[in-house]
Amino acid sequence: MKVSMRVNGAERSGDIEPRVLLVDFIRTNLSLTGTHIGCDTSSCGACTVLVDGDPVKSCTVLAVQAEGRAVKTIEGIAGTGALAPIQVGFHEEHGLQCGFCTPGMMLLGEELISRIPNPTDEQIRWAISGNICRCTGYMNIVKAVQHAAKLTTAASKAPAAAMAGGAE
Amino acid sequence: MFPAAFDYAAPATLVDALALLKQHGDDAKIMAGGQSLIPMLKLRFAQPGIVVDIGRLPGMAGIARHNGHLSIGALARHVDIERNADLPKLCPILVDTVHWISDPLVRNRGTLAGSVCHADPSGDWGSVMLALGASIVARSQAGERVITIEDFFKSPFTTALKPDEIVTEVRIPMPGGPSGGAYNKLERKVGDFATVAVAVHVELSGGKIAKAGIGLTAVGPTNIKALAAEKALVGHEPTEQVIAEAARLASEAAEPKDDIRGTAAYKKDIVRVYVQRGLRTALGRAREVKA
Repeated sequence: MKVSMRVNGAERSGDIEPRVLLVDFIRTNLSLTGTHIGCDTSSCGACTVLVDGDPVKSCTVLAVQAEGRAVKTIEGIAGTGALAPIQVGFHEEHGLQCGFCTPGMMLLGEELISRIPNPTDEQIRWAISGNICRCTGYMNIVKAVQHAAKLTTAASKAPAAAMAGGAE
Repeated sequence: MFPAAFDYAAPATLVDALALLKQHGDDAKIMAGGQSLIPMLKLRFAQPGIVVDIGRLPGMAGIARHNGHLSIGALARHVDIERNADLPKLCPILVDTVHWISDPLVRNRGTLAGSVCHADPSGDWGSVMLALGASIVARSQAGERVITIEDFFKSPFTTALKPDEIVTEVRIPMPGGPSGGAYNKLERKVGDFATVAVAVHVELSGGKIAKAGIGLTAVGPTNIKALAAEKALVGHEPTEQVIAEAARLASEAAEPKDDIRGTAAYKKDIVRVYVQRGLRTALGRAREVKA
């Protein structure tokens, strides 16, 4: 059956069987291989994507369930060539080793910061509790999200400060 | 892993959904968030001819107070309960429980009603609903039917729902006096199914327990209502002795099996300990409430 959804801002569609999982639609039909398949049993979170802004495990969502929805994958994180704050955070704090869990962790981090601009360590740990890092690099992932949160807060304050300066 | 092939329909109205169920009967499987069903489809434990996705039905995701009960719409997700501003005061046991359910990503899609309908004896919500004395509201083309939660769970993964019925709402009676609840769960790792979990709910009147509900998770073929333990509480002042006796009776009601999560004897003892702990928390909460 026909399915169409907005993926990283672009309208994408395909003709698929209803049993096709969202992760397979993304990887196979759309050739966006940044979304990983780890356990394939809803346990590891390597396949995390955002559907209408909510992090979900795309191995446990049918592609047809995303009909008409907005999907964001790791490919949608960096817009124009410059690194997004969450990417800078992972880069600066060594938030990845093998990199397999990283797409999911980054999407979760970005979504958490959009909801809670200055998350505590505990809030970050809860937010990533459904995602497994096989390198066990959790300490640095938590630091990376903290780093990104500070950058995001600074960036959101900067234009406001500039505007205030301009008004004087 | 791929599910076996199935047809798929995402009806836009409840009327259309009920017609599909009437047409396909037992061959249809209802999907809300899909967080229990999709793993079952992938493992091919479930091989329905058609999946009826009710995820797009309007007006079924609400959480609201109505005529003396709390109504949880069939499409209210775990995360909606987690972030609801009124529930920590209105029904704190729901907020207790929701944090124990799988992980944040599953909670973003899975629903309370779907979890109850899945009727996994290791499911968390079933025990909480047993403790709270909830009812399940089901619709079919024939009309609406209200099923008490005690009559709802029949056997593992099997409920009293007929093939042409859709659950539209879970109703939780609002207590008449000071009340409190608690959910305690033992798990091997965060987000795991319970080794054992216990839901308790009490209502007080004049220093005595007026109502008591105890639900047990993962220690039988369904979520279990510990009736004898509940009876031992009602009408009594909540002394340590009364609590200990209720805990002993609840432990006797449990029918766990030895498995990788622990031995039956161990699980029975955890029931005893968690009933005691849960009752102390619930009673503490009830005493804080001004009715």
